[in-house]
Amino acid sequence: MIIRTIGSKTVHSAEAFGRFWVFNFRTFWWLCTGLLRWRSWKLVIPQLYEVGNRSLPVIVITGTFVGLVLAVQAYDQLDAAGFSERMGVLINVTLVKELGPVLAAVMLAGRVGGALTAELGTMNVTEQIDALRVMGSDPIRYLVVPRFLACLLLCPILTLFADLCGSLAGMWIAVSLKDVPYEPYTYYTMDALQMWDLWVGFIKSLVFGGIIGMIACYKGFNCKAGAEGVGRACTEAFVASFIAILVVDFFLASCMMGIYEAIWGFQSLV
Amino acid sequence: MSAAEQQNKPARIEREPVIEFRNVSKSFGKLHVLRNVDLRVFPGETTVVIGESGAGKSVVLKHIVRLLRPDKGQVYFRGKRVDNLAERNLVEVRKRFGFLFQLGALFDSLTVGENVAFPVIEHTNLCTDEVGKIVSQKLRQVGLDGLQEKKPAQLSGGQKKRVALARAIALNPEVILYDEPTTGLDPVRSDVINELIVKLQRTLGATSIVVTHDMASVRKVGGRVLMLHNGEFIFDGNPREMEHADNPIVQRFVEGRAGEDLLEDL
Repeated sequence: MIIRTIGSKTVHSAEAFGRFWVFNFRTFWWLCTGLLRWRSWKLVIPQLYEVGNRSLPVIVITGTFVGLVLAVQAYDQLDAAGFSERMGVLINVTLVKELGPVLAAVMLAGRVGGALTAELGTMNVTEQIDALRVMGSDPIRYLVVPRFLACLLLCPILTLFADLCGSLAGMWIAVSLKDVPYEPYTYYTMDALQMWDLWVGFIKSLVFGGIIGMIACYKGFNCKAGAEGVGRACTEAFVASFIAILVVDFFLASCMMGIYEAIWGFQSLV
Repeated sequence: MSAAEQQNKPARIEREPVIEFRNVSKSFGKLHVLRNVDLRVFPGETTVVIGESGAGKSVVLKHIVRLLRPDKGQVYFRGKRVDNLAERNLVEVRKRFGFLFQLGALFDSLTVGENVAFPVIEHTNLCTDEVGKIVSQKLRQVGLDGLQEKKPAQLSGGQKKRVALARAIALNPEVILYDEPTTGLDPVRSDVINELIVKLQRTLGATSIVVTHDMASVRKVGGRVLMLHNGEFIFDGNPREMEHADNPIVQRFVEGRAGEDLLEDL
């Protein structure tokens, strides 16, 4: 009995995994074939507004408070060691490479991912997706590609806003409240923060944006009937996105670190 | 070919079924919804499929437009097998169908006008003015011209069904499929929808398949009635024959009378 249950669950998981990748493949197919068509971009514009404009306040708040917390936590220890002028290095490198992309993506998964899953899930249970199919339109081209593209393009931009707000908030704590001199603070920050760090943050946020879009749309397309089905799909979409973001972050961080050290070797920030 | 053969040929072609099911079976888990079903629907006919809730009537419709694939058997449209077509090859087939969904399935984010215009914009290169004219014409056919700017949420249940019907006929389809067109409507609104089905049948000359469990609908629109029970068609005839059918299950359905098996659990 136990073996049968395990076997059945394994088969179901493998099937779901396969379906997810077929879904991804079809999305990329329509993405590539529709990129040159103005009609496709007309569908993306409202999604850019939904994903970008409406997420901005949440992202700004997240970025700002991450910067504030980092500054508050770091100051005492760095000051005791005589490194308070290098506070900006810790705050900004952490923000740009790690916390900015991850936390912005998590917020986006909650706000945008949940909304996308709920919208597509409702369309699914009210047969609107079937209606698209019956009218000879591909629902992936019409519904998934614009939403995926909006998440993919806007996650890096929103991350940039989070980084900027966090950086300014951290500097405000250090310079205005903790009396760290402004010039050494900015000098060490600019010296330590490299173009590579910005690229790492950009690549991560691009991947996270894609993950959020794909998982949210897939869960919406495959949700079960009724309000309970839609609610469950939203929860599953957020949990799956959150876990995927953390796991992919680990692998991307290791990979980027490996590439950096292979090209430039290890460099100390202190 | 002789003159007589030439004369007969168009008639013979005309009697070739538009839609054909050959030995179609479909199950969802342990539930057998269709069992070796054979069905032939002829051009211009109005076929009404009746049956208890959950009997698999909508499943029949969904097989026709390949929203579902049969586990066994084949589905043909105009002699061409459709159940094994790839999604991209189905577009040309689906454009020839109009489908009225049970709840209308109007796109919430679009206005009434945009909903009706959707298939026209998707499949033609007409300019905005021409699309607008088609939208007006289709909405006029269902008695709702002038509501173009409203959102589906602002419409009543009957209006939603009529807008959905306008969208279903936007491309002048050869076949119109109606999935429970009167469900959730009061008897008067139901009658409006039934009249519309009859009117569209007369004006468009399309082949129609109506899935319903509303006997008033059956009496009003039914040319040929099929009853689905336990995954099989147990009745095939016209509405008058149905009223006098010997089969107790058909009789019970016509009279709207619950059987002892159903009353046992009460």
